[in-house]
Amino acid sequence: MKGNEALAEAAMRAGCKCFFGYPITPQTELAAYMAKRMQKNGGVFLQAESEIAAINMVLGAASTGVRAMTSSSSPGISLKSEGISYIAGSDLPCVIINVERGGPGLGGIQPSQADYWQATKGLGHGDFHLLVYAPASVQEMVDMVINAFDKADTYRMPAMILADGLLGQMMEPVTFPEVEPKVYDKSSWAADGHKGQREHHIINSLYLTPEALEKTVVDRFAKYDIIKEKETDAECYLTDDADIVVCAFGATARVVKSAVNEAREQGIKVGMFRPKTLWPFPVKEICKATESASKILSVEMSMGQMVDDIKLAINCSKPVEFFGRTGGVIPTPAEVLAKIKAMGGNN
Amino acid sequence: MNYNILLAGFGGQGVLFAGKLLAYCALISGKEISWLPSYGPEMRGGTCNCSVCISDEPIGSPLVTEPNVFVALNQPSFDKFIGKVKAGGKAFVDSTLVETKTDRTDIDCYYVPATQLETDNNLPKGANIILLGKVLEETGIFSDDTVRKALEKIVPPAKAFLIDNNLRAIGIGRAQ
Repeated sequence: MKGNEALAEAAMRAGCKCFFGYPITPQTELAAYMAKRMQKNGGVFLQAESEIAAINMVLGAASTGVRAMTSSSSPGISLKSEGISYIAGSDLPCVIINVERGGPGLGGIQPSQADYWQATKGLGHGDFHLLVYAPASVQEMVDMVINAFDKADTYRMPAMILADGLLGQMMEPVTFPEVEPKVYDKSSWAADGHKGQREHHIINSLYLTPEALEKTVVDRFAKYDIIKEKETDAECYLTDDADIVVCAFGATARVVKSAVNEAREQGIKVGMFRPKTLWPFPVKEICKATESASKILSVEMSMGQMVDDIKLAINCSKPVEFFGRTGGVIPTPAEVLAKIKAMGGNN
Repeated sequence: MNYNILLAGFGGQGVLFAGKLLAYCALISGKEISWLPSYGPEMRGGTCNCSVCISDEPIGSPLVTEPNVFVALNQPSFDKFIGKVKAGGKAFVDSTLVETKTDRTDIDCYYVPATQLETDNNLPKGANIILLGKVLEETGIFSDDTVRKALEKIVPPAKAFLIDNNLRAIGIGRAQ
Protein backbone atom coordinates (compact mmCIF):
# COMPACT_ATOMS: atom_id res chain seq x y z
CA MET A 1 0.00 0.00 0.00
CA LYS A 2 1.19 3.54 -0.74
CA GLY A 3 2.11 5.67 2.27
CA ASN A 4 -0.50 8.30 1.43
CA GLU A 5 -3.25 5.68 1.14
CA ALA A 6 -2.14 3.98 4.35
CA LEU A 7 -2.45 7.31 6.21
CA ALA A 8 -6.01 7.69 4.93
CA GLU A 9 -7.07 4.12 5.71
CA ALA A 10 -5.54 4.30 9.19
CA ALA A 11 -7.34 7.58 9.90
CA MET A 12 -10.70 6.07 8.98
CA ARG A 13 -10.00 3.04 11.14
CA ALA A 14 -9.11 5.41 13.98
CA GLY A 15 -12.62 6.79 13.74
CA CYS A 16 -11.92 9.92 11.68
CA LYS A 17 -15.33 11.03 10.44
CA CYS A 18 -14.47 14.31 8.74
CA PHE A 19 -11.75 14.95 6.19
CA PHE A 20 -11.26 18.33 4.56
CA GLY A 21 -8.52 18.70 1.99
CA TYR A 22 -7.19 20.45 -1.05
CA PRO A 23 -5.01 18.72 -3.65
CA ILE A 24 -1.24 19.19 -3.71
CA THR A 25 1.59 16.92 -4.81
CA PRO A 26 2.91 14.71 -3.19
CA GLN A 27 -0.03 13.99 -0.87
CA THR A 28 -2.98 13.94 -3.29
CA GLU A 29 -3.48 10.15 -3.13
CA LEU A 30 -4.49 10.60 0.50
CA ALA A 31 -7.40 12.87 -0.39
CA ALA A 32 -8.28 10.69 -3.38
CA TYR A 33 -8.49 7.63 -1.14
CA MET A 34 -10.68 9.52 1.32
CA ALA A 35 -12.91 10.73 -1.52
CA LYS A 36 -13.55 7.13 -2.58
CA ARG A 37 -14.20 5.65 0.84
CA MET A 38 -15.06 8.20 3.49
CA GLN A 39 -18.74 8.41 2.60
CA LYS A 40 -19.18 4.64 2.50
CA ASN A 41 -17.60 4.71 5.92
CA GLY A 42 -20.31 7.01 7.26
CA GLY A 43 -18.13 10.09 7.27
CA VAL A 44 -17.72 13.35 5.38
CA PHE A 45 -15.17 14.04 2.66
CA LEU A 46 -15.00 17.54 1.36
CA GLN A 47 -12.59 19.09 -1.09
CA ALA A 48 -12.51 22.67 0.08
CA GLU A 49 -11.96 25.73 -2.11
CA SER A 50 -8.56 26.31 -0.50
CA GLU A 51 -6.24 25.07 2.23
CA ILE A 52 -7.41 27.91 4.46
CA ALA A 53 -11.03 26.85 4.12
CA ALA A 54 -10.09 23.20 4.78
CA ILE A 55 -8.32 23.91 8.07
CA ASN A 56 -11.20 26.10 9.26
CA MET A 57 -13.62 23.30 8.44
CA VAL A 58 -11.45 21.08 10.64
CA LEU A 59 -11.80 23.68 13.40
CA GLY A 60 -15.57 23.59 13.03
CA ALA A 61 -15.82 19.80 12.94
CA ALA A 62 -13.42 19.32 15.86
CA SER A 63 -15.51 21.80 17.89
CA THR A 64 -18.38 19.33 17.80
CA GLY A 65 -16.18 16.58 19.20
CA VAL A 66 -15.82 14.40 16.09
CA ARG A 67 -12.44 13.20 14.90
CA ALA A 68 -11.35 15.46 12.05
CA MET A 69 -8.31 15.59 9.82
CA THR A 70 -6.73 17.56 7.00
CA SER A 71 -3.67 16.90 4.90
CA SER A 72 -1.42 18.91 2.66
CA SER A 73 2.16 19.45 1.62
CA SER A 74 4.55 22.22 2.63
CA PRO A 75 3.15 25.34 0.85
CA GLY A 76 -0.37 24.23 1.77
CA ILE A 77 0.59 23.80 5.42
CA SER A 78 1.88 27.38 5.47
CA LEU A 79 -1.56 28.49 4.31
CA LYS A 80 -3.16 26.46 7.08
CA SER A 81 -0.98 27.95 9.79
CA GLU A 82 -3.45 30.64 10.86
CA GLY A 83 -6.18 28.04 11.35
CA ILE A 84 -3.80 25.73 13.22
CA SER A 85 -3.01 28.54 15.67
CA TYR A 86 -6.76 29.09 16.20
CA ILE A 87 -7.25 25.35 16.78
CA ALA A 88 -4.44 25.29 19.34
CA GLY A 89 -5.84 28.42 20.99
CA SER A 90 -9.26 26.78 21.19
CA ASP A 91 -7.83 23.56 22.68
CA LEU A 92 -9.29 21.38 19.94
CA PRO A 93 -8.05 17.92 18.99
CA CYS A 94 -7.39 17.12 15.33
CA VAL A 95 -4.78 15.51 13.10
CA ILE A 96 -2.89 17.39 10.40
CA ILE A 97 -0.73 15.59 7.85
CA ASN A 98 2.22 17.26 6.15
CA VAL A 99 3.76 15.23 3.32
CA GLU A 100 6.69 17.59 2.90
CA ARG A 101 8.19 18.77 -0.38
CA GLY A 102 11.08 21.08 -1.18
CA GLY A 103 10.82 24.76 -0.28
CA PRO A 104 10.75 27.67 0.35
CA GLY A 105 7.98 29.21 -1.73
CA LEU A 106 6.32 26.85 -4.16
CA GLY A 107 9.64 25.04 -4.07
CA GLY A 108 9.53 21.67 -5.81
CA ILE A 109 7.62 18.45 -5.52
CA GLN A 110 10.40 16.09 -4.42
CA PRO A 111 10.84 14.93 -0.80
CA SER A 112 12.16 17.30 1.86
CA GLN A 113 12.32 17.74 5.62
CA ALA A 114 12.75 21.49 5.60
CA ASP A 115 9.51 22.08 7.54
CA TYR A 116 11.03 20.77 10.79
CA TRP A 117 11.35 24.23 12.30
CA GLN A 118 7.86 25.15 11.15
CA ALA A 119 6.30 22.00 12.66
CA THR A 120 8.16 22.01 15.96
CA LYS A 121 8.61 25.71 16.61
CA GLY A 122 6.45 28.01 14.55
CA LEU A 123 3.31 26.57 13.07
CA GLY A 124 1.32 29.76 13.46
CA HIS A 125 1.41 32.80 15.69
CA GLY A 126 1.36 32.71 19.46
CA ASP A 127 2.74 30.50 22.22
CA PHE A 128 1.76 26.95 21.38
CA HIS A 129 2.93 23.50 20.32
CA LEU A 130 1.60 20.61 18.32
CA LEU A 131 2.39 16.99 18.93
CA VAL A 132 4.66 16.13 15.99
CA TYR A 133 5.23 12.53 14.89
CA ALA A 134 7.82 11.49 12.28
CA PRO A 135 7.16 8.08 10.70
CA ALA A 136 9.94 6.25 8.82
CA SER A 137 7.93 3.51 7.14
CA VAL A 138 4.47 2.96 5.74
CA GLN A 139 3.66 0.72 8.71
CA GLU A 140 4.70 3.47 11.11
CA MET A 141 2.48 5.94 9.24
CA VAL A 142 -0.45 3.67 10.09
CA ASP A 143 0.51 3.24 13.73
CA MET A 144 1.29 6.91 14.26
CA VAL A 145 -1.96 8.19 12.75
CA ILE A 146 -3.96 5.99 15.11
CA ASN A 147 -1.82 7.09 18.05
CA ALA A 148 -1.99 10.76 16.98
CA PHE A 149 -5.79 10.75 17.14
CA ASP A 150 -5.65 9.25 20.63
CA LYS A 151 -3.05 11.70 21.93
CA ALA A 152 -4.85 14.65 20.34
CA ASP A 153 -8.01 13.65 22.21
CA THR A 154 -6.13 12.89 25.43
CA TYR A 155 -4.51 16.33 25.54
CA ARG A 156 -7.11 18.29 23.55
CA MET A 157 -4.58 19.66 21.09
CA PRO A 158 -3.68 19.30 17.41
CA ALA A 159 -1.25 16.57 16.36
CA MET A 160 0.80 16.51 13.18
CA ILE A 161 2.25 13.66 11.17
CA LEU A 162 5.38 15.08 9.55
CA ALA A 163 6.10 12.82 6.59
CA ASP A 164 7.71 13.55 3.24
CA GLY A 165 7.16 12.83 -0.44
CA LEU A 166 9.26 9.69 -0.33
CA LEU A 167 7.16 8.08 2.40
CA GLY A 168 3.93 9.31 0.86
CA GLN A 169 4.71 7.81 -2.55
CA MET A 170 6.41 4.64 -1.38
CA MET A 171 4.61 1.31 -1.31
CA GLU A 172 5.37 -1.21 1.46
CA PRO A 173 3.44 -4.03 3.08
CA VAL A 174 1.26 -2.93 6.02
CA THR A 175 -0.97 -4.58 8.56
CA PHE A 176 -3.78 -2.68 10.20
CA PRO A 177 -4.23 -3.38 13.90
CA GLU A 178 -7.67 -4.78 14.72
CA VAL A 179 -8.65 -2.28 17.38
CA GLU A 180 -11.81 -0.34 17.94
CA PRO A 181 -11.25 3.43 18.12
CA LYS A 182 -11.04 4.60 21.72
CA VAL A 183 -13.93 6.73 22.93
CA TYR A 184 -13.17 9.95 24.77
CA ASP A 185 -15.68 11.86 26.88
CA LYS A 186 -15.95 15.27 25.27
CA SER A 187 -19.24 16.21 26.92
CA SER A 188 -17.65 18.92 29.07
CA TRP A 189 -16.63 21.05 26.10
CA ALA A 190 -17.94 19.84 22.73
CA ALA A 191 -20.30 22.26 21.01
CA ASP A 192 -22.55 19.53 19.71
CA GLY A 193 -25.97 20.96 20.47
CA HIS A 194 -27.33 21.43 23.99
CA LYS A 195 -30.96 20.67 23.07
CA GLY A 196 -32.06 22.92 25.93
CA GLN A 197 -30.62 20.38 28.39
CA ARG A 198 -27.48 22.19 29.51
CA GLU A 199 -25.52 25.43 29.34
CA HIS A 200 -24.14 26.08 25.88
CA HIS A 201 -20.42 25.47 25.23
CA ILE A 202 -18.27 28.14 23.64
CA ILE A 203 -15.26 27.34 21.47
CA ASN A 204 -13.12 30.45 21.37
CA SER A 205 -9.54 31.70 21.09
CA LEU A 206 -10.18 35.41 21.69
CA TYR A 207 -9.45 36.87 25.15
CA LEU A 208 -9.32 40.65 25.35
CA THR A 209 -8.22 40.72 28.99
CA PRO A 210 -4.46 40.08 29.03
CA GLU A 211 -4.57 38.25 32.38
CA ALA A 212 -7.29 35.91 31.15
CA LEU A 213 -5.34 35.12 27.98
CA GLU A 214 -2.13 34.68 29.95
CA LYS A 215 -3.85 32.11 32.15
CA THR A 216 -5.00 30.02 29.19
CA VAL A 217 -1.46 30.01 27.79
CA VAL A 218 0.15 29.19 31.14
CA ASP A 219 -2.34 26.36 31.70
CA ARG A 220 -1.58 25.02 28.24
CA PHE A 221 2.15 25.09 28.97
CA ALA A 222 1.60 23.18 32.21
CA LYS A 223 0.00 20.53 30.01
CA TYR A 224 3.02 20.68 27.66
CA ASP A 225 5.30 19.93 30.62
CA ILE A 226 3.39 16.70 31.26
CA ILE A 227 3.59 15.82 27.57
CA LYS A 228 7.37 16.45 27.50
CA GLU A 229 7.67 14.07 30.41
CA LYS A 230 5.41 11.30 29.11
CA GLU A 231 5.12 11.37 25.35
CA THR A 232 8.63 11.19 23.91
CA ASP A 233 9.57 8.27 21.70
CA ALA A 234 12.69 7.27 19.78
CA GLU A 235 14.49 4.35 18.18
CA CYS A 236 18.09 3.55 19.12
CA TYR A 237 19.99 1.42 16.62
CA LEU A 238 23.42 0.06 17.56
CA THR A 239 24.07 3.04 19.84
CA ASP A 240 25.31 1.10 22.90
CA ASP A 241 28.99 1.03 21.91
CA ALA A 242 28.90 3.73 19.23
CA ASP A 243 31.68 6.28 18.91
CA ILE A 244 29.61 8.32 16.46
CA VAL A 245 25.84 8.52 16.78
CA VAL A 246 24.04 9.63 13.63
CA CYS A 247 20.68 11.32 14.27
CA ALA A 248 17.99 11.29 11.62
CA PHE A 249 14.20 11.19 11.44
CA GLY A 250 11.65 10.01 8.90
CA ALA A 251 12.74 8.76 5.50
CA THR A 252 16.29 10.02 6.03
CA ALA A 253 16.68 7.54 8.88
CA ARG A 254 16.23 4.74 6.32
CA VAL A 255 19.16 6.06 4.32
CA VAL A 256 21.20 6.49 7.51
CA LYS A 257 20.44 2.95 8.64
CA SER A 258 21.83 1.60 5.36
CA ALA A 259 24.96 3.73 5.87
CA VAL A 260 25.32 2.57 9.50
CA ASN A 261 25.07 -1.08 8.45
CA GLU A 262 27.72 -0.52 5.78
CA ALA A 263 29.99 1.28 8.29
CA ARG A 264 29.58 -1.52 10.85
CA GLU A 265 30.62 -4.05 8.19
CA GLN A 266 33.79 -2.01 7.81
CA GLY A 267 34.29 -2.12 11.58
CA ILE A 268 33.36 1.50 12.32
CA LYS A 269 31.56 1.92 15.65
CA VAL A 270 28.57 3.95 14.61
CA GLY A 271 24.91 3.88 15.61
CA MET A 272 21.71 5.69 14.80
CA PHE A 273 19.30 7.67 16.94
CA ARG A 274 15.88 8.32 15.43
CA PRO A 275 13.35 10.57 17.15
CA LYS A 276 9.82 9.34 16.50
CA THR A 277 8.38 12.37 18.26
CA LEU A 278 9.86 15.66 17.07
CA TRP A 279 7.81 17.65 19.57
CA PRO A 280 8.26 16.75 22.33
CA PHE A 281 11.89 16.10 21.39
CA PRO A 282 13.20 12.91 23.07
CA VAL A 283 15.77 14.64 25.28
CA LYS A 284 16.28 11.87 27.84
CA GLU A 285 16.52 9.26 25.11
CA ILE A 286 19.15 11.11 23.09
CA CYS A 287 21.28 11.80 26.17
CA LYS A 288 21.28 8.10 26.97
CA ALA A 289 21.87 6.99 23.35
CA THR A 290 24.92 9.25 22.99
CA GLU A 291 26.57 8.37 26.31
CA SER A 292 29.39 6.39 24.69
CA ALA A 293 29.74 8.68 21.69
CA SER A 294 32.48 11.23 21.18
CA LYS A 295 30.70 12.90 18.27
CA ILE A 296 27.19 13.30 16.93
CA LEU A 297 26.08 13.78 13.33
CA SER A 298 22.67 15.03 12.25
CA VAL A 299 21.55 14.01 8.76
CA GLU A 300 18.50 15.77 7.34
CA MET A 301 16.83 16.63 4.05
CA SER A 302 17.31 20.33 4.80
CA MET A 303 20.13 22.74 5.55
CA GLY A 304 20.13 21.58 9.19
CA GLN A 305 17.17 22.20 11.49
CA MET A 306 16.91 19.31 13.96
CA VAL A 307 20.62 19.82 14.60
CA ASP A 308 19.65 22.78 16.85
CA ASP A 309 17.41 20.61 19.03
CA ILE A 310 20.17 18.00 19.36
CA LYS A 311 22.61 20.63 20.63
CA LEU A 312 20.01 21.90 23.11
CA ALA A 313 19.12 18.38 24.24
CA ILE A 314 22.72 17.45 25.07
CA ASN A 315 23.49 20.98 26.25
CA CYS A 316 26.30 21.22 23.67
CA SER A 317 28.30 18.69 25.69
CA LYS A 318 29.64 17.03 22.52
CA PRO A 319 30.45 18.22 19.02
CA VAL A 320 27.43 17.98 16.72
CA GLU A 321 28.09 18.01 12.98
CA PHE A 322 25.63 18.18 10.12
CA PHE A 323 25.18 16.63 6.71
CA GLY A 324 22.18 17.20 4.49
CA ARG A 325 20.77 17.61 1.03
CA THR A 326 17.90 19.94 0.34
CA GLY A 327 15.51 21.14 -2.35
CA GLY A 328 14.17 17.65 -2.94
CA VAL A 329 17.49 15.81 -3.22
CA ILE A 330 17.63 12.59 -1.18
CA PRO A 331 21.00 11.86 0.42
CA THR A 332 22.51 8.48 -0.50
CA PRO A 333 23.93 5.93 1.95
CA ALA A 334 27.33 6.40 0.24
CA GLU A 335 27.29 10.16 0.98
CA VAL A 336 26.40 9.57 4.62
CA LEU A 337 29.10 6.91 4.95
CA ALA A 338 31.67 9.30 3.46
CA LYS A 339 30.69 11.91 6.05
CA ILE A 340 31.00 9.36 8.89
CA LYS A 341 34.49 8.49 7.67
CA ALA A 342 35.40 12.18 7.30
CA MET A 343 34.45 12.64 10.97
CA GLY A 344 37.12 10.10 11.83
CA GLY A 345 34.78 7.22 12.51
CA ASN A 346 37.07 4.45 13.68
CA ASN A 347 37.02 1.07 15.35
CA MET B 1 18.21 -12.55 -1.30
CA ASN B 2 18.99 -8.89 -1.79
CA TYR B 3 17.72 -7.23 -4.97
CA ASN B 4 17.92 -3.52 -5.63
CA ILE B 5 15.97 -3.15 -8.83
CA LEU B 6 15.63 -0.02 -10.94
CA LEU B 7 13.13 0.07 -13.81
CA ALA B 8 13.14 3.06 -16.13
CA GLY B 9 11.42 4.20 -19.31
CA PHE B 10 8.88 6.67 -20.70
CA GLY B 11 5.70 7.41 -18.79
CA GLY B 12 3.04 5.05 -20.17
CA GLN B 13 5.37 2.13 -20.91
CA GLY B 14 4.29 0.36 -17.75
CA VAL B 15 7.44 0.89 -15.71
CA LEU B 16 5.47 1.35 -12.48
CA PHE B 17 3.23 -1.62 -13.25
CA ALA B 18 6.21 -3.91 -13.88
CA GLY B 19 7.69 -2.75 -10.57
CA LYS B 20 4.40 -3.30 -8.80
CA LEU B 21 4.21 -6.83 -10.19
CA LEU B 22 7.66 -7.59 -8.74
CA ALA B 23 6.62 -6.01 -5.43
CA TYR B 24 3.52 -8.21 -5.16
CA CYS B 25 5.54 -11.32 -6.09
CA ALA B 26 7.86 -10.47 -3.20
CA LEU B 27 4.93 -9.83 -0.86
CA ILE B 28 3.43 -13.25 -1.71
CA SER B 29 6.85 -14.85 -1.16
CA GLY B 30 7.07 -13.33 2.34
CA LYS B 31 10.01 -11.04 1.53
CA GLU B 32 10.69 -7.52 2.80
CA ILE B 33 9.80 -5.10 0.04
CA SER B 34 9.66 -1.43 -0.88
CA TRP B 35 8.41 0.19 -4.10
CA LEU B 36 9.21 3.81 -4.78
CA PRO B 37 8.06 5.58 -7.97
CA SER B 38 9.21 8.81 -9.48
CA TYR B 39 6.19 11.06 -9.38
CA GLY B 40 4.82 14.34 -10.62
CA PRO B 41 5.39 15.61 -14.15
CA GLU B 42 7.58 12.61 -14.99
CA MET B 43 4.54 10.34 -14.90
CA ARG B 44 2.89 12.38 -17.61
CA GLY B 45 4.96 11.48 -20.65
CA GLY B 46 8.51 12.21 -19.58
CA THR B 47 11.03 9.71 -18.30
CA CYS B 48 9.82 7.68 -15.39
CA ASN B 49 11.50 5.25 -13.05
CA CYS B 50 10.74 3.05 -10.14
CA SER B 51 12.91 1.56 -7.36
CA VAL B 52 12.03 -1.87 -6.00
CA CYS B 53 13.98 -3.36 -3.09
CA ILE B 54 13.47 -7.02 -2.23
CA SER B 55 15.31 -8.56 0.68
CA ASP B 56 15.20 -11.06 3.52
CA GLU B 57 16.18 -8.22 5.88
CA PRO B 58 14.21 -5.01 6.57
CA ILE B 59 14.80 -2.46 3.80
CA GLY B 60 17.01 0.52 4.61
CA SER B 61 17.00 3.19 1.95
CA PRO B 62 14.18 2.48 -0.52
CA LEU B 63 15.84 4.66 -3.16
CA VAL B 64 17.92 2.58 -5.56
CA THR B 65 21.00 4.48 -6.73
CA GLU B 66 23.20 1.47 -7.57
CA PRO B 67 20.90 -1.24 -8.92
CA ASN B 68 21.99 -4.85 -9.19
CA VAL B 69 19.07 -5.37 -11.57
CA PHE B 70 18.39 -2.59 -14.08
CA VAL B 71 15.60 -2.57 -16.67
CA ALA B 72 15.83 0.06 -19.43
CA LEU B 73 12.83 0.65 -21.67
CA ASN B 74 14.20 3.67 -23.54
CA GLN B 75 17.40 5.35 -24.64
CA PRO B 76 17.48 8.24 -22.12
CA SER B 77 17.04 5.80 -19.21
CA PHE B 78 19.75 3.52 -20.58
CA ASP B 79 22.16 6.44 -20.99
CA LYS B 80 21.39 7.81 -17.54
CA PHE B 81 21.64 4.66 -15.46
CA ILE B 82 23.77 2.03 -17.23
CA GLY B 83 26.91 3.46 -15.64
CA LYS B 84 25.36 3.16 -12.17
CA VAL B 85 24.64 -0.57 -12.29
CA LYS B 86 26.59 -2.33 -9.56
CA ALA B 87 29.52 -4.43 -10.74
CA GLY B 88 28.34 -8.01 -11.14
CA GLY B 89 24.79 -6.77 -11.70
CA LYS B 90 22.43 -7.48 -14.57
CA ALA B 91 20.93 -5.04 -17.08
CA PHE B 92 17.92 -5.74 -19.30
CA VAL B 93 17.45 -3.52 -22.31
CA ASP B 94 14.64 -3.10 -24.83
CA SER B 95 16.86 -3.23 -27.91
CA THR B 96 14.06 -2.06 -30.21
CA LEU B 97 14.15 1.35 -28.56
CA VAL B 98 17.72 1.48 -27.28
CA GLU B 99 20.15 1.65 -30.17
CA THR B 100 23.44 1.61 -28.28
CA LYS B 101 25.19 -1.11 -26.33
CA THR B 102 27.24 -0.75 -23.19
CA ASP B 103 30.99 -1.30 -23.23
CA ARG B 104 30.97 -2.38 -19.58
CA THR B 105 32.33 -5.88 -19.08
CA ASP B 106 31.72 -6.11 -15.33
CA ILE B 107 27.95 -6.50 -15.74
CA ASP B 108 25.73 -8.92 -17.69
CA CYS B 109 23.67 -6.99 -20.22
CA TYR B 110 20.74 -8.68 -21.98
CA TYR B 111 19.33 -7.10 -25.13
CA VAL B 112 15.75 -8.12 -25.88
CA PRO B 113 13.76 -6.53 -28.75
CA ALA B 114 10.76 -6.27 -26.44
CA THR B 115 8.80 -3.64 -28.36
CA GLN B 116 9.26 -5.61 -31.61
CA LEU B 117 8.12 -8.81 -29.86
CA GLU B 118 5.09 -6.96 -28.49
CA THR B 119 4.02 -6.13 -32.07
CA ASP B 120 4.89 -9.58 -33.48
CA ASN B 121 2.86 -11.34 -30.82
CA ASN B 122 -0.09 -8.94 -30.69
CA LEU B 123 0.53 -7.98 -27.07
CA PRO B 124 -0.11 -4.23 -27.06
CA LYS B 125 1.81 -2.45 -24.27
CA GLY B 126 3.43 -5.74 -23.34
CA ALA B 127 7.09 -4.79 -23.84
CA ASN B 128 7.56 -4.09 -20.13
CA ILE B 129 6.31 -7.54 -19.17
CA ILE B 130 8.23 -9.29 -21.96
CA LEU B 131 11.41 -7.73 -20.59
CA LEU B 132 10.35 -8.68 -17.07
CA GLY B 133 10.06 -12.29 -18.30
CA LYS B 134 13.74 -12.14 -19.20
CA VAL B 135 14.54 -10.71 -15.75
CA LEU B 136 12.69 -13.61 -14.08
CA GLU B 137 14.51 -16.12 -16.30
CA GLU B 138 18.02 -14.78 -15.69
CA THR B 139 17.67 -14.06 -11.96
CA GLY B 140 15.43 -16.99 -11.04
CA ILE B 141 13.85 -14.64 -8.50
CA PHE B 142 10.19 -15.73 -8.86
CA SER B 143 8.33 -18.64 -10.45
CA ASP B 144 5.48 -18.28 -12.95
CA ASP B 145 3.14 -19.56 -10.29
CA THR B 146 4.05 -16.63 -8.01
CA VAL B 147 3.66 -14.22 -10.93
CA ARG B 148 0.17 -15.56 -11.64
CA LYS B 149 -0.85 -15.10 -8.01
CA ALA B 150 0.54 -11.56 -8.03
CA LEU B 151 -1.30 -10.72 -11.24
CA GLU B 152 -4.54 -12.01 -9.75
CA LYS B 153 -4.03 -9.54 -6.91
CA ILE B 154 -3.25 -6.45 -8.95
CA VAL B 155 -5.32 -6.85 -12.12
CA PRO B 156 -8.89 -5.68 -11.44
CA PRO B 157 -11.57 -8.39 -12.00
CA ALA B 158 -13.04 -6.48 -14.95
CA LYS B 159 -9.75 -6.89 -16.79
CA ALA B 160 -9.10 -10.52 -15.82
CA PHE B 161 -8.34 -11.43 -19.47
CA LEU B 162 -5.13 -9.42 -19.11
CA ILE B 163 -3.72 -11.99 -16.70
CA ASP B 164 -3.25 -14.55 -19.47
CA ASN B 165 -1.83 -11.91 -21.80
CA ASN B 166 0.70 -10.94 -19.16
CA LEU B 167 1.66 -14.55 -18.54
CA ARG B 168 2.09 -15.07 -22.29
CA ALA B 169 4.36 -12.01 -22.36
CA ILE B 170 6.40 -13.41 -19.47
CA GLY B 171 6.79 -16.69 -21.40
CA ILE B 172 7.99 -14.89 -24.52
CA GLY B 173 10.50 -12.94 -22.43
CA ARG B 174 11.77 -16.06 -20.71
CA ALA B 175 12.37 -17.73 -24.11
CA GLN B 176 14.67 -14.94 -25.37
